[in-house]
Amino acid sequence: MAREQYHNQLRKLKEDTIRMGNLAKDNVLWATISLKNHDPELAKRVIDAGSEIDELYAQIEDTCFALLALQQPMARDLRTIGAILKIIIDLERIGDIALEIARITIATLEEDHIKPLVDIPRMAEICSGMIASSMEAFKNADEGLARETAKRDDEVDALFDQVRRELITYMIEDPKTIKNASHLTFVARYLERCGDHVTNICESVVYMVTGERIDLN
Amino acid sequence: MSREIIEISVRNLNLWYGENHALINIGIDIPKNRITALIGPSGCGKTSFIRCLNRMNDLIPGTKMEGEILVGGEDITRRDVDVVSLRKKIGMVFQKPNPFPSSIFDNIAYGPRIHGENNKERLVRIVEDSLKRAALWDEVKDRLNLSALSLSGGQQQRLCIARTLAVEPEIILFDEPCSALDPISTSKIEDLMVELRKRYTIVIVTHNMQQAARVSDYTAFFLNGELIEFDETRKLFKTPREKSTEDYITGRFG
Repeated sequence: MAREQYHNQLRKLKEDTIRMGNLAKDNVLWATISLKNHDPELAKRVIDAGSEIDELYAQIEDTCFALLALQQPMARDLRTIGAILKIIIDLERIGDIALEIARITIATLEEDHIKPLVDIPRMAEICSGMIASSMEAFKNADEGLARETAKRDDEVDALFDQVRRELITYMIEDPKTIKNASHLTFVARYLERCGDHVTNICESVVYMVTGERIDLN
Repeated sequence: MSREIIEISVRNLNLWYGENHALINIGIDIPKNRITALIGPSGCGKTSFIRCLNRMNDLIPGTKMEGEILVGGEDITRRDVDVVSLRKKIGMVFQKPNPFPSSIFDNIAYGPRIHGENNKERLVRIVEDSLKRAALWDEVKDRLNLSALSLSGGQQQRLCIARTLAVEPEIILFDEPCSALDPISTSKIEDLMVELRKRYTIVIVTHNMQQAARVSDYTAFFLNGELIEFDETRKLFKTPREKSTEDYITGRFG
């Protein structure tokens, strides 16, 4: 095969992107579990892993620009690099979401949650499952899986609506719940955004495979 | 493609060098006032193809050509076609600059002279005009009587383009015009081609895929004597239809 070095670099770039995806996936889930269990150690782990995500972001972006400048990638290679440049932005935002949730864990260590957390961890599970599937679709250039994965964002949106309505009810009934309830509303909103970012990733994967721009929202 | 005016229409073109079947059933419509690039690995037939367009292959013994090449409605593959006036209409610029060992002026005036132009004033005008269109005038206007061989490689190549323009062609064929030039001269020739496109139809053979991607409007990919894919350049380099095109332009073979 011609241009072996270039193709190795491209392979490494994809692997790094998948590694970044796995970190983001774990972080969203861990951050939410740390909130549920009032676990400052786990929250700390999320914050540490966050800087690893940021480092990977910078490194992958540098490699993309180097390949564009030095190798003049074409066709699917070009689309792959274009897709990666977009995917890592979404992954970095997901990483930030996990950090925000971990910070809320630390800010709420001393207070009891107004109710046992069920739907919020469910949202985080769906999101991290979606990230895993989107990375699988990216790895195998699987357009069908990307489209299927994006559909699950509806579940996340529905849960967000439900959680928000429930929390509003709590706040109306007892103003003392407002502090905790507003923290939880933020968390639910972060996770809802997380689902949107995964949907963007799925769109990038479809573009990478077919060259077609689509809207999966 | 549908909105383009077709300048050259090729149908079922086959070419043999002795036993070697060099071009197989080529069919392509080359649009007017556009740059069409031909790419493909060595030996794929792209140079053989471009040489069919002004019957340069006639000069190689043992060649046989079948099929149709319509230029302005006329089939130029026919035996009775006057190849001299055909080559006036379809000019060609080669890989290595090949100026005649005479003055800059005489290099340009040569073509019009053999086509019967003897009026000194008109010749002066043609020379100036051609050099201007080839973006060389400002560099040589004070030394038209110097030998063309005193020019740099990039200037010599632009001189050859000016020489082609002097006989007022409609189509210009470029056979790897920049492969012997440095990057600065290369970008000058590329800019020039884009400028010339307004008046002429341009077909360029290039080994440099980035050059094809930079300058051309349409790209044709040849492989083993066949035309594999022909499309708008931005489509072909972003989302090619054929796997072999994809493999070639991404460097997976060739």
